[in-house]
Amino acid sequence: MSLLNITNLHAAVDESEILKGISLTVNAGEVHAIMGPNGSGKSTLAQVLAGHPAYEVTQGTVTLEGEDLLDMEAEERAWAGVFLAFQYPVEIPGVTNAYFLRMAYNEVRKARGLDELDPMEFLDLLEEKLKVVEWGPEIMERAVNFGFSGGEKKRNEILQMAVLEPKLAILDETDSGLDIDALRIVADGVNKLRSPERAIILVTHYQRLLDYIVPDFVHVLAGGKIVKSGGKELALELEAKGYEWLTGIPEAAAV
Amino acid sequence: MTTIAAVPPFAELLDAPRPAEPAWLAARRAAAAERFAAVGVPSSRDEDWRFTPVSAIANTAWTAPGVSPEVTAADIARFRLSTGSLAVLVDGRFAPDLSELPAGVTASSLHAAISEGNAELESHLGLVAPIAMSPFVALSLATFTDGVVLHLAEGTTLATPLEVMHLTTTAAEGALIAPRVFVTAGTGARGAILEQFVSLADTLHVTNAVTELVLAPESWVEHVRVQRESEQAWHLGFTHAEQATASHYRSFALSLGAKLARHNLHARLGGEQVETLMYGLYLTRDSQLADTHSAIFHDQPNCNSWEVYKGVLDDTSRAVFNGKVFVQPIAQKTDAKQTNRNLLLSDTARVDTKPQLEIFADDVKCTHGATVGRLNDLQRYYLQTRGIGGRTAQELLIWAFAAEVLTEVTIAPVRAAIEQIVRNRLDEMLG
Repeated sequence: MSLLNITNLHAAVDESEILKGISLTVNAGEVHAIMGPNGSGKSTLAQVLAGHPAYEVTQGTVTLEGEDLLDMEAEERAWAGVFLAFQYPVEIPGVTNAYFLRMAYNEVRKARGLDELDPMEFLDLLEEKLKVVEWGPEIMERAVNFGFSGGEKKRNEILQMAVLEPKLAILDETDSGLDIDALRIVADGVNKLRSPERAIILVTHYQRLLDYIVPDFVHVLAGGKIVKSGGKELALELEAKGYEWLTGIPEAAAV
Repeated sequence: MTTIAAVPPFAELLDAPRPAEPAWLAARRAAAAERFAAVGVPSSRDEDWRFTPVSAIANTAWTAPGVSPEVTAADIARFRLSTGSLAVLVDGRFAPDLSELPAGVTASSLHAAISEGNAELESHLGLVAPIAMSPFVALSLATFTDGVVLHLAEGTTLATPLEVMHLTTTAAEGALIAPRVFVTAGTGARGAILEQFVSLADTLHVTNAVTELVLAPESWVEHVRVQRESEQAWHLGFTHAEQATASHYRSFALSLGAKLARHNLHARLGGEQVETLMYGLYLTRDSQLADTHSAIFHDQPNCNSWEVYKGVLDDTSRAVFNGKVFVQPIAQKTDAKQTNRNLLLSDTARVDTKPQLEIFADDVKCTHGATVGRLNDLQRYYLQTRGIGGRTAQELLIWAFAAEVLTEVTIAPVRAAIEQIVRNRLDEMLG
């Protein structure tokens, strides 16, 4: 059984249809890149999978390990093993990163019938996870994403992914706004988290990220549909030719 | 304009015979009684009470509290905020058996201090909080029977905070409870006072509490005030800090009790380099109303005041916030910042918030901000995607909202006790 099965997915926001029939199968251990011009529906697909309440699924099915994902609340999807790294991580002043991460970890554990960790036990776990993003413990006492630089926010998303150990991680424009050093740290972090049990979907506009995280499959999204799928070489082709040869629309006009 | 009730609601108390008192006090009481008789209980036509309906207080003939039932140390243990010294007032009367006054400082019941003769009282009692400020301040001076006096001598530090517990019992039903607290801090003295208003029984009474604080130069006073009275009660509180040069007054007020609670918090910055910090949190539910009227008088240059009040409101409850800042022409280089933020948990809760800055100096930095909002949907969604859903997410976000002011209580065990009180109330509110 494949991990994720998307069949003929249509989704709308404010009655305007954005996804117009997406079908995609992702197996455990695979890394899929979803590329496409601005406005093609990439981020919408990511949010629909994570369970954003503003998006309405009008047609189609999505299953995770055979379970109906669309029937679950966002937190239930997290418990089931879905993780979305946000393009714009949300600031939560007043809650420390340490408290937030432990709570998230324990909520997921609880839902899976596992024991919760107390603060000391969690600290030990965290020490290992912080290495994934090359961070020291000082970041844990800061409020979640509050006053973080763009790079720190993206690193924090990857740290959360490391802690929550999802089956399916969706990374939405994780490379946007990163300088080259931050991009390397974030990409290294993601590579450390690649595993035969885990699938990763990379949503990105540019090929740049794929130099660091090499995908198994590349899909091009345009006008709410997948217009072309291929191997990693497809990304290079897009880099060279732009999106216009696939979409027929000059990219500036598609914004 | 207010009208005088045909039969003053506090007539019995105003006319009650009193043990002999010093002439200065008798004169102040007479002036206060006269003042109250002239102004009476405010109506909603009174600008200061526009959103806070207290006129119904005038419909009841409030009495003095009856004989209080026995209160044991075990009864009050669960309310403690600290393990330090304690002064207990049961239905407004000092309870020596329950109290452990701090050693090495002057601390006593107000009644005892008056009887013994006390120069500080004669200089200040009833004058720090002027009777013209509010009808209820006048009523307090005219009717108070007891309270607590704390004097920190020059250069001394109070080792552990003095906790003043205002406790009501079944004997408070139908009564006016009128305690007064009087604190003086000598030059360079430091200390903390924790005032708490709690009820052992769910009585309908009026608490009319006045606290006066006099801070000498370079003194440092932290004042924590927790109001969690019976939700049938009327709570009227008035706090005034009179601050001399380079003194530091730091206030934290938590309001979660009473049917209607009004707290006036005033500070007069009467010297240079004064610092005044006012933090507050109110949590309201059902048809409760919590009103904070603060007034900061910048009378001298080079002073800072900083105020942050937050509120969480559920059901059909209401909150009122009025923040006055007066900057006199001489008070150049004033730095004053005021913030009031409110979180509504229901569609029927309501907040009336109003900054009132009157600035007569031209080289000052004064800012204010007020917000009324709901839980942030994007934050909720973000937490959900991390497995934190439903009530847990809601509680976490409300906590995050409130935590900013709770962290301003500097004494760690007291802060922990207050956090627990807030957590318990949020638990109840979220059901």
